[in-house]
Amino acid sequence: MMADMRWTWFHRLASPPYLYGLATRLTPWFAWPAALLILGGFYAGLALAPPDYQQGEGFRIIYVHVPTAWMSLMVYVTMGVAAGVGLIWRMKVAHAVAASCAPIGASFTVAALVTGSLWGKPMWGTWWVWDPRLTSELILLFLYLGFMGLRAGFDDTQRADRAGALLAIVGLVNVPIIHYSVIWWNSLHQAPSVLRFGKPTIPGAMLAPLLILLLGFTLFFAAVLLVRVRAEILQRERAARWIGEALGT
Amino acid sequence: MSAFLDMGGYAAFIWPAYGVTVAVLVLNIIWAHGSLKRALETARRRSASAGDNS
Repeated sequence: MMADMRWTWFHRLASPPYLYGLATRLTPWFAWPAALLILGGFYAGLALAPPDYQQGEGFRIIYVHVPTAWMSLMVYVTMGVAAGVGLIWRMKVAHAVAASCAPIGASFTVAALVTGSLWGKPMWGTWWVWDPRLTSELILLFLYLGFMGLRAGFDDTQRADRAGALLAIVGLVNVPIIHYSVIWWNSLHQAPSVLRFGKPTIPGAMLAPLLILLLGFTLFFAAVLLVRVRAEILQRERAARWIGEALGT
Repeated sequence: MSAFLDMGGYAAFIWPAYGVTVAVLVLNIIWAHGSLKRALETARRRSASAGDNS
């Protein structure tokens, strides 16, 4: 009995009409807080946080670099886990979630690489270096692009789902490599100062805008993902009766 | 104000970094809405033509 109750939500989520309706209702609850947190976080990061004693005002790139880099990894983990769920439980909506993650993750990986480059130039004196952290982040971008390209190569959605899922799951090994690259190898990139075990190593007035932005970007991802998942479900379920009913036609 | 825009001499790096990030945020909203709009239009067309046939 308990086991039944515990798994009901999982089975409900696996139903395309239920997930479609839930996504429609939930989107504004993520989108508006995300907008407020991101605008507030940018203002706090640019105007309220004190300048760094070593990097001066230049450190303010942290408020776009760390959130975009966080997104690049968090979206990939979401994609990999969704792909795994889709493969193991043969759940169509999980594959729809994985497919929806890829363009979002790829775009934020580009942003993380570009903002990192714009931070590296004044601080390290170079736009790019084949350093473990930078190289593994670039590989992350290729994993996203490979996943999208592989999916696009199949006409049959089910085969695209399975092939894409395998690539996404194998690519998950790159995630800890990116995170620990600055600890395992001698890297030009600095070690983690926020997303680490123990207390963050940056002062509160600098940390607060960053935490606000990390939350804001995460909610932004949820909102954009829900919109994309609805589009994916509509495409996949195009022959289903419930769609006509849901659209009121 | 101009001191704020100058960002202690780092303006040439800070503002493009924020610009790219804001662009990616805005593009994600546009792309997501675009794909939903296209999917909705296709679904409406299909269900309308299915209604005609029956």
